[in-house]
Amino acid sequence: MEREKIISVKNLTKEFGHFTAVKGISFDVYKGEIFGFLGANGAGKTTAMKMLIGISNPTSGEANVAGFDVHSQADMVKKSIGYMSQKFSMYDDLTIKENITFFGGIYGLSRIQIRQKIAQLIEELELQEVANNLVGSLPLGWKQKLSFSVALLHEPKIVFLDEPTGGVDPITRRQFWEMIYTQAYKGTTIFVTTHYMDEAEYCDRVSIMVDGSIEALDTPKNLKQQFKVDSMNDVFLKLARNIE
Amino acid sequence: MKRFIGFVKKEFYHIFRDKRSLFILFGMPIAQILLFGFAITNEINNVDIAILDQSNDIETQKIIYKIKASPYFNVENQIEKESDIESEFKKGKIKAVLIFEPNFSKNLETKKVAVVQAITDATEPNVANTIANYTSAIIQNYQSQKKQSNSNPVRVEVQSRMFYNPELKSVFNFVPGVMTVILMLVSAMMTSISITREKELGTMEILLVSPLKPFQVIIGKVFPYIFLSIINAIVILTLGYFVFKMPINGSIFLLAFESILFIISALSLGILISTVSNSQQTAMMLSLMGLMLPVIILSGFIFPINSMPLPMQVISNIIPAKWFIIIVKAIMLKGVGIQYIWKETLILIGMTVFFITLSIKKYKIRLE
Amino acid sequence: MKTILFIIQKEFKQIFRDKSMLQLIFILPILQLLILSNAATFDVKNIAITFVDNDQSRESRDLINAFKASTYFKVTAPYFSEKEAVEEMQKGKTDIIVNIPIHFNRDLQKDQKTSILVSINAIDAATAGVENVYVTQIINTYNQNIQMQSNYFSGNKEIPQNIMVIPSFWYNKTLNYKTFMVPGILVLLVTMLTLFLSSMNIVREKELGTLEQINVTPIKKYQFIIGKLFPFWVLGLVILTVGLVISKVFFNVPMLGNIFLVYGFTSVYLLLILGFGLYISNHTETQQQAMFIAWFFIVIFILMSGLFTPIESMPKWAQSLTLLNPIRYFVEFIRMVLLKGAGLKEVLPNLAVILIFAILINGLAVWSYKKTN
Repeated sequence: MEREKIISVKNLTKEFGHFTAVKGISFDVYKGEIFGFLGANGAGKTTAMKMLIGISNPTSGEANVAGFDVHSQADMVKKSIGYMSQKFSMYDDLTIKENITFFGGIYGLSRIQIRQKIAQLIEELELQEVANNLVGSLPLGWKQKLSFSVALLHEPKIVFLDEPTGGVDPITRRQFWEMIYTQAYKGTTIFVTTHYMDEAEYCDRVSIMVDGSIEALDTPKNLKQQFKVDSMNDVFLKLARNIE
Repeated sequence: MKRFIGFVKKEFYHIFRDKRSLFILFGMPIAQILLFGFAITNEINNVDIAILDQSNDIETQKIIYKIKASPYFNVENQIEKESDIESEFKKGKIKAVLIFEPNFSKNLETKKVAVVQAITDATEPNVANTIANYTSAIIQNYQSQKKQSNSNPVRVEVQSRMFYNPELKSVFNFVPGVMTVILMLVSAMMTSISITREKELGTMEILLVSPLKPFQVIIGKVFPYIFLSIINAIVILTLGYFVFKMPINGSIFLLAFESILFIISALSLGILISTVSNSQQTAMMLSLMGLMLPVIILSGFIFPINSMPLPMQVISNIIPAKWFIIIVKAIMLKGVGIQYIWKETLILIGMTVFFITLSIKKYKIRLE
Repeated sequence: MKTILFIIQKEFKQIFRDKSMLQLIFILPILQLLILSNAATFDVKNIAITFVDNDQSRESRDLINAFKASTYFKVTAPYFSEKEAVEEMQKGKTDIIVNIPIHFNRDLQKDQKTSILVSINAIDAATAGVENVYVTQIINTYNQNIQMQSNYFSGNKEIPQNIMVIPSFWYNKTLNYKTFMVPGILVLLVTMLTLFLSSMNIVREKELGTLEQINVTPIKKYQFIIGKLFPFWVLGLVILTVGLVISKVFFNVPMLGNIFLVYGFTSVYLLLILGFGLYISNHTETQQQAMFIAWFFIVIFILMSGLFTPIESMPKWAQSLTLLNPIRYFVEFIRMVLLKGAGLKEVLPNLAVILIFAILINGLAVWSYKKTN
């Protein structure tokens, strides 16, 4: 694992009126890591991530993603990252091919490159049967894998995944994480939020947000030792109880 | 029953939390009434015309004086010669030119006939026709006054009485129309959107799986809008009364009953629309774009139905709004009771039953 | 640039894939143009008129016949008493009651004058006014006739003076109201369609969540906006074309002016409408809200456009308000060009205003579209 920082966050804060959703968090992510960004619902992780991907302005503090400042160089950030949203956000009324064509084109791929990618993706994900079907008709697991692949079309340095495995069966989840590993092996940094604590075990390092602050940040192994428990689930429960 | 009430409460929350929509829902009728009351009228007056007096004698000057004094015409523009008319019309500044022929008085004395040409821009045929009519009327009036001062010719005089609206307020014609259009569009639109939104979001399935019966779901969805529409109707009537002195000569209870009946028929139309729409967008296009112009044009709101060609009059019969406008005008301005409008009432009831039956059938087909 | 093409490609695919919407987009305007143009008339015709003839003389019958001969009126069965006739008006069976007094004929002979009582249903004040004018016209003609007869019988050889008003109806000899209405209704339909579609479109992506995905991409604001609105701009022009063809083929609306001028103006006008739809889209959270706001403005614009009621009849303050109404300019324009053959010179003011409005609203809309919150 190289120690080049690809994400650098200092005192990042987001306030909505009187309510502070993200309370001055600071952390770094290294190139090639699988970084798990954990926390309960409402802890502030989605808000924090939105700032990192350039669609929400920080109230204060700064963040540097792929070498660009999220506030003043949001456009450059967007060119360098990939994003898979909670809702998968592909167009249900377009076919797989059409979705890939669209997003590929948006990210500046040439028509030739797009054709290559389409062929490649269909092959890898074994979507030959349904290539011309509307995305809306696909089962959830396929949509999920497809979303991930579309996020990687332009071969970004980092890809942000927001709760990518919600509602998907365990086998599909496992397959999905294999895809993540493959990407990480190729050198792509993976920044993933989830509240499945077992998935935390798959990450290189994990941070846990509680009520807007980062209460823990380390490898899963170290965290389990620190809290003297056997699973990330228990780490999380202990943290939550401590706060209460 | 408790479940049902809980469901209705949820529907109310949805509506009242959406401030923007609420604002439009209540603001729209108020804006329309005020507009119609103060700004819009289908009377023709202040028409810009020009006069080309090729005679310039006493007779023509007297007539022109009368024309200028009339509130129908606005004589500001000058025309020097006939060949200018074309370009003036093209510019759109004047709608007509009245040309008094040369030697007007002399012709009247010797040949007994003098001619005034009314050259009108008939791209607006209504205005053109009215200009011709009013000009005729003013000149005829002038002639009979002249005759009477000279002799006493035999004649029939007309005494006119204006029934139901002695002050000839145009707003009296519009308040029932606005009420009808608003109730119709809002009820149909809101209902169809509300139901299709649940379909789109997927929460409709949840409702159907719940212990609530389907008809309870529909009634629960529709109930808040009955309530909303009634408030709208009351606002419109109150505004009409206090701002424009629009009376309710008939029974308020009858008016309330008929209004609720109409609201229910509009709501059932909304339900029907929702059964044939699979997305909010479709429902909105159907209920807004599909209903708005037909209701405004074919209901008798602005255009008198009697003047339409026969096929149009027949088509207008399928618009529930047409029947309700007749009912409202009859109750408010004529002050009649149910015995005069039982036919229209029955038709509204029939239409409601038809819409509901059709909706139920379509719904059952989908379930299969 | 290429990015814009990709967006446009996607938008068109989505539009054409939604079969039911596609049907609505085309069928609704066409159907409405065909049907409603026939109904939108201010002609006052077929006025139901009832006589209560208390005299039953030849003269009174002559009077009634004068009305029967007129195309404006439809004489219904007579009634014997005023009370019965008023009942009929209550029921809506008649709109005018003419009460001929019992000594009609005698008074005419003896006193040289008499009067009739005309009761008019004045709920629709404007129509009532017109009906009154028509009644007066017929009575005037009747008067002239009896005057001539009386002159003849009394040996009075004097020919009465008569000022004739000869109307001529330029651009529309037959006073065909459809010539007037069809272009106007077409304008309304094109405006409604493009405004509704454009205001719903971006909000829809907001509601579905795909907008967020777009905001994370490096698409620039202007690329996204142009790409999204372009298909609707094309759609607007297509509907205009279909409408113009229908106007010519089915309604024989004259097309005197330069058709390119019409397309040029419409192109700019559509930019204005789409910009407005975009602006609405930016400030609403749900499709329903967007539709409502669009509806609110459309209704007011339609009513104040001069299409259904003349702008000159409005009070001065309202007339000034209409200066902000884009539909007003379009209606004026299309009538001037199609029906009067006006050229660029005459319509320049309209075009200039629309252009300025379009630039303003689009500027506002683009500025208020935030990719980042």
